[in-house]
Amino acid sequence: MTQLEIKREAVRRPFGRRRKSCPFSGPNAQTIDYKDTKLLARYTSERGKIVPSRISAVSAKKQRELAVAIKRSRFLALMPYVTS
Amino acid sequence: MRLYESVFIARQDISSAQVETMADEFAGIITEAGGKIHKREYWGLRSLAYRIKKNRKGHYIMFNLETDAATLKEYERIMGLNEDVLRFLNIRIEEVDESPSIIMQNKGERGDRGDRGDRGDRGSRPPRAEVPKAEAPKAEAPAEDKAEAPAEDSKTEE
Repeated sequence: MTQLEIKREAVRRPFGRRRKSCPFSGPNAQTIDYKDTKLLARYTSERGKIVPSRISAVSAKKQRELAVAIKRSRFLALMPYVTS
Repeated sequence: MRLYESVFIARQDISSAQVETMADEFAGIITEAGGKIHKREYWGLRSLAYRIKKNRKGHYIMFNLETDAATLKEYERIMGLNEDVLRFLNIRIEEVDESPSIIMQNKGERGDRGDRGDRGDRGSRPPRAEVPKAEAPKAEAPAEDKAEAPAEDSKTEE
Protein backbone atom coordinates (compact mmCIF):
# COMPACT_ATOMS: atom_id res chain seq x y z
CA MET A 1 0.00 0.00 0.00
CA THR A 2 2.61 2.49 1.06
CA GLN A 3 4.73 1.59 -1.87
CA LEU A 4 1.88 2.30 -4.21
CA GLU A 5 1.34 5.72 -2.75
CA ILE A 6 4.96 6.68 -3.07
CA LYS A 7 4.95 5.62 -6.65
CA ARG A 8 1.91 7.73 -7.36
CA GLU A 9 3.50 10.82 -5.93
CA ALA A 10 6.55 10.24 -8.03
CA VAL A 11 4.43 10.00 -11.14
CA ARG A 12 2.36 13.05 -10.30
CA ARG A 13 5.17 15.47 -9.66
CA PRO A 14 6.79 15.73 -13.05
CA PHE A 15 3.55 16.90 -14.61
CA GLY A 16 3.12 19.50 -11.91
CA ARG A 17 -0.63 19.68 -12.27
CA ARG A 18 -1.96 21.95 -9.58
CA ARG A 19 -5.42 21.69 -8.14
CA LYS A 20 -7.81 24.16 -9.71
CA SER A 21 -9.72 26.27 -7.23
CA CYS A 22 -13.49 26.34 -6.95
CA PRO A 23 -15.09 28.68 -9.48
CA PHE A 24 -17.89 29.67 -7.08
CA SER A 25 -15.74 30.45 -4.04
CA GLY A 26 -13.64 33.48 -3.33
CA PRO A 27 -14.12 37.05 -4.46
CA ASN A 28 -15.81 37.86 -7.79
CA ALA A 29 -17.33 34.41 -7.89
CA GLN A 30 -20.52 33.78 -9.84
CA THR A 31 -23.72 33.10 -7.97
CA ILE A 32 -25.50 29.83 -8.59
CA ASP A 33 -29.00 30.39 -9.91
CA TYR A 34 -31.35 27.78 -11.31
CA LYS A 35 -32.44 30.24 -14.01
CA ASP A 36 -28.92 30.60 -15.38
CA THR A 37 -28.97 27.63 -17.70
CA LYS A 38 -25.90 28.70 -19.61
CA LEU A 39 -23.82 28.53 -16.46
CA LEU A 40 -25.36 25.28 -15.23
CA ALA A 41 -24.84 23.64 -18.59
CA ARG A 42 -21.11 23.94 -18.02
CA TYR A 43 -21.44 21.58 -15.05
CA THR A 44 -23.44 18.92 -16.80
CA SER A 45 -22.15 16.32 -19.20
CA GLU A 46 -23.23 16.05 -22.79
CA ARG A 47 -25.94 13.64 -21.78
CA GLY A 48 -27.19 16.01 -19.11
CA LYS A 49 -25.64 14.37 -16.07
CA ILE A 50 -24.21 16.49 -13.29
CA VAL A 51 -20.41 16.52 -13.50
CA PRO A 52 -18.73 15.22 -10.31
CA SER A 53 -16.90 17.84 -8.29
CA ARG A 54 -13.65 15.93 -8.51
CA ILE A 55 -13.62 16.77 -12.19
CA SER A 56 -15.09 20.27 -12.11
CA ALA A 57 -13.14 21.27 -8.94
CA VAL A 58 -16.24 22.81 -7.37
CA SER A 59 -16.08 22.80 -3.56
CA ALA A 60 -18.33 20.39 -1.71
CA LYS A 61 -20.53 23.13 -0.35
CA LYS A 62 -21.02 24.74 -3.73
CA GLN A 63 -21.50 21.38 -5.42
CA ARG A 64 -24.52 20.76 -3.23
CA GLU A 65 -25.89 24.15 -4.14
CA LEU A 66 -25.16 23.50 -7.80
CA ALA A 67 -26.89 20.14 -7.74
CA VAL A 68 -30.05 21.70 -6.28
CA ALA A 69 -29.96 24.45 -8.90
CA ILE A 70 -29.60 21.96 -11.75
CA LYS A 71 -32.46 19.86 -10.40
CA ARG A 72 -34.74 22.89 -10.13
CA SER A 73 -33.78 23.89 -13.64
CA ARG A 74 -34.67 20.42 -14.87
CA PHE A 75 -37.99 20.44 -13.10
CA LEU A 76 -38.98 23.64 -14.89
CA ALA A 77 -37.87 22.14 -18.23
CA LEU A 78 -35.19 24.77 -18.63
CA MET A 79 -32.65 21.94 -18.80
CA PRO A 80 -33.08 18.35 -19.91
CA TYR A 81 -33.00 15.34 -17.60
CA VAL A 82 -31.48 13.31 -20.40
CA THR A 83 -30.29 14.09 -23.88
CA SER A 84 -29.96 11.10 -26.10
CA MET B 1 -44.35 37.04 5.97
CA ARG B 2 -41.64 35.54 3.87
CA LEU B 3 -40.15 36.09 0.46
CA TYR B 4 -40.75 33.51 -2.21
CA GLU B 5 -39.94 33.10 -5.85
CA SER B 6 -42.63 31.48 -7.89
CA VAL B 7 -42.43 30.28 -11.47
CA PHE B 8 -45.22 28.62 -13.35
CA ILE B 9 -45.51 27.27 -16.88
CA ALA B 10 -48.76 27.69 -18.76
CA ARG B 11 -49.92 25.58 -21.69
CA GLN B 12 -48.57 26.49 -25.10
CA ASP B 13 -51.88 26.99 -26.89
CA ILE B 14 -53.28 29.78 -24.81
CA SER B 15 -52.60 33.35 -25.85
CA SER B 16 -50.18 35.58 -24.01
CA ALA B 17 -53.11 37.84 -23.08
CA GLN B 18 -54.77 34.87 -21.38
CA VAL B 19 -51.53 34.13 -19.59
CA GLU B 20 -51.48 37.67 -18.28
CA THR B 21 -55.02 37.39 -16.92
CA MET B 22 -54.09 34.07 -15.32
CA ALA B 23 -51.09 35.70 -13.72
CA ASP B 24 -53.29 38.55 -12.49
CA GLU B 25 -55.62 36.00 -10.97
CA PHE B 26 -52.81 34.24 -9.13
CA ALA B 27 -51.32 37.54 -8.02
CA GLY B 28 -54.76 38.47 -6.73
CA ILE B 29 -54.73 35.52 -4.34
CA ILE B 30 -51.55 36.83 -2.78
CA THR B 31 -52.50 40.50 -2.63
CA GLU B 32 -55.99 39.82 -1.26
CA ALA B 33 -54.46 37.96 1.65
CA GLY B 34 -52.26 40.92 2.47
CA GLY B 35 -49.19 39.78 0.57
CA LYS B 36 -47.17 41.73 -1.90
CA ILE B 37 -45.85 41.10 -5.41
CA HIS B 38 -42.37 42.55 -5.61
CA LYS B 39 -41.50 41.54 -9.12
CA ARG B 40 -43.31 40.05 -12.04
CA GLU B 41 -41.71 38.77 -15.22
CA TYR B 42 -43.13 37.21 -18.32
CA TRP B 43 -40.43 35.14 -20.00
CA GLY B 44 -42.52 34.51 -23.06
CA LEU B 45 -43.25 31.32 -24.92
CA ARG B 46 -40.15 29.21 -24.40
CA SER B 47 -39.48 25.77 -25.71
CA LEU B 48 -39.37 23.14 -22.98
CA ALA B 49 -36.37 20.89 -22.60
CA TYR B 50 -38.70 17.89 -22.68
CA ARG B 51 -42.39 17.36 -23.25
CA ILE B 52 -44.81 17.98 -20.43
CA LYS B 53 -48.36 16.71 -20.98
CA LYS B 54 -47.73 16.64 -24.74
CA ASN B 55 -46.58 20.26 -24.77
CA ARG B 56 -43.30 21.22 -26.38
CA LYS B 57 -43.53 24.88 -25.44
CA GLY B 58 -44.86 26.86 -22.54
CA HIS B 59 -45.44 30.36 -21.27
CA TYR B 60 -43.25 31.11 -18.29
CA ILE B 61 -44.24 33.58 -15.60
CA MET B 62 -42.14 34.44 -12.59
CA PHE B 63 -43.16 36.26 -9.43
CA ASN B 64 -41.15 37.43 -6.50
CA LEU B 65 -43.66 37.67 -3.72
CA GLU B 66 -44.00 38.21 -0.03
CA THR B 67 -46.64 36.23 1.77
CA ASP B 68 -47.28 33.85 4.64
CA ALA B 69 -47.23 30.09 4.51
CA ALA B 70 -51.00 29.60 4.62
CA THR B 71 -51.58 31.84 1.62
CA LEU B 72 -48.81 30.18 -0.31
CA LYS B 73 -50.41 26.84 0.31
CA GLU B 74 -53.72 28.12 -0.99
CA TYR B 75 -51.92 29.63 -3.99
CA GLU B 76 -50.30 26.29 -4.74
CA ARG B 77 -53.59 24.46 -4.37
CA ILE B 78 -55.32 26.73 -6.87
CA MET B 79 -52.42 26.41 -9.32
CA GLY B 80 -52.58 22.65 -9.03
CA LEU B 81 -56.26 22.70 -9.91
CA ASN B 82 -55.82 24.93 -12.93
CA GLU B 83 -55.42 22.76 -16.00
CA ASP B 84 -53.67 25.45 -17.99
CA VAL B 85 -50.75 25.32 -15.56
CA LEU B 86 -48.29 22.64 -16.58
CA ARG B 87 -45.95 23.07 -13.70
CA PHE B 88 -45.04 25.44 -10.91
CA LEU B 89 -42.14 25.88 -8.55
CA ASN B 90 -42.23 28.00 -5.43
CA ILE B 91 -39.03 28.43 -3.49
CA ARG B 92 -38.05 30.58 -0.56
CA ILE B 93 -35.55 33.33 -1.23
CA GLU B 94 -33.62 35.54 1.15
CA GLU B 95 -33.97 38.76 -0.76
CA VAL B 96 -35.57 40.18 -3.87
CA ASP B 97 -33.16 40.93 -6.67
CA GLU B 98 -34.54 44.08 -8.22
CA SER B 99 -32.73 43.70 -11.52
CA PRO B 100 -34.37 41.56 -14.21
CA SER B 101 -33.49 37.88 -13.98
CA ILE B 102 -30.88 36.27 -16.21
CA ILE B 103 -33.51 34.89 -18.53
CA MET B 104 -34.83 38.37 -19.25
CA GLN B 105 -31.32 39.66 -19.80
CA ASN B 106 -30.55 36.88 -22.25
CA LYS B 107 -33.81 37.47 -24.03
CA GLY B 108 -32.78 41.03 -24.76
CA GLU B 109 -29.47 39.87 -26.10
CA ARG B 110 -30.96 37.30 -28.36
CA GLY B 111 -33.44 39.84 -29.67
CA ASP B 112 -30.56 42.07 -30.64
CA ARG B 113 -28.78 39.25 -32.35
CA GLY B 114 -31.88 38.08 -34.19
CA ASP B 115 -32.17 41.21 -36.22
CA ARG B 116 -28.77 41.89 -37.56
CA GLY B 117 -30.03 44.93 -39.37
CA ASP B 118 -29.13 46.11 -42.75
CA ARG B 119 -25.54 45.58 -43.61
CA GLY B 120 -25.00 49.07 -44.93
CA ASP B 121 -23.71 50.02 -48.26
CA ARG B 122 -20.51 48.41 -49.36
CA GLY B 123 -19.37 51.67 -50.80
CA SER B 124 -18.49 52.36 -54.31
CA ARG B 125 -16.37 49.78 -56.01
CA PRO B 126 -12.88 50.85 -56.79
CA PRO B 127 -12.39 51.30 -60.47
CA ARG B 128 -11.36 48.12 -62.15
CA ALA B 129 -7.80 47.96 -63.19
CA GLU B 130 -7.33 47.53 -66.83
CA VAL B 131 -6.32 43.92 -66.91
CA PRO B 132 -6.26 41.55 -69.84
CA LYS B 133 -9.89 40.57 -70.61
CA ALA B 134 -10.37 36.98 -69.36
CA GLU B 135 -8.33 36.96 -66.19
CA ALA B 136 -9.90 39.67 -64.11
CA PRO B 137 -13.57 38.50 -63.93
CA LYS B 138 -12.55 34.90 -63.35
CA ALA B 139 -10.52 35.73 -60.32
CA GLU B 140 -13.22 37.90 -58.85
CA ALA B 141 -16.32 35.81 -59.38
CA PRO B 142 -15.49 32.86 -57.11
CA ALA B 143 -14.33 35.12 -54.32
CA GLU B 144 -17.65 36.92 -54.32
CA ASP B 145 -19.61 33.67 -54.25
CA LYS B 146 -17.77 32.52 -51.19
CA ALA B 147 -18.47 35.71 -49.34
CA GLU B 148 -22.16 35.58 -50.08
CA ALA B 149 -22.98 31.92 -49.64
CA PRO B 150 -22.49 31.60 -45.86
CA ALA B 151 -24.53 34.71 -45.18
CA GLU B 152 -27.44 33.21 -47.09
CA ASP B 153 -27.18 29.93 -45.21
CA SER B 154 -27.47 31.55 -41.85
CA LYS B 155 -30.54 33.42 -42.95
CA THR B 156 -32.37 30.30 -43.96
CA GLU B 157 -31.50 28.62 -40.69
CA GLU B 158 -33.27 31.26 -38.70
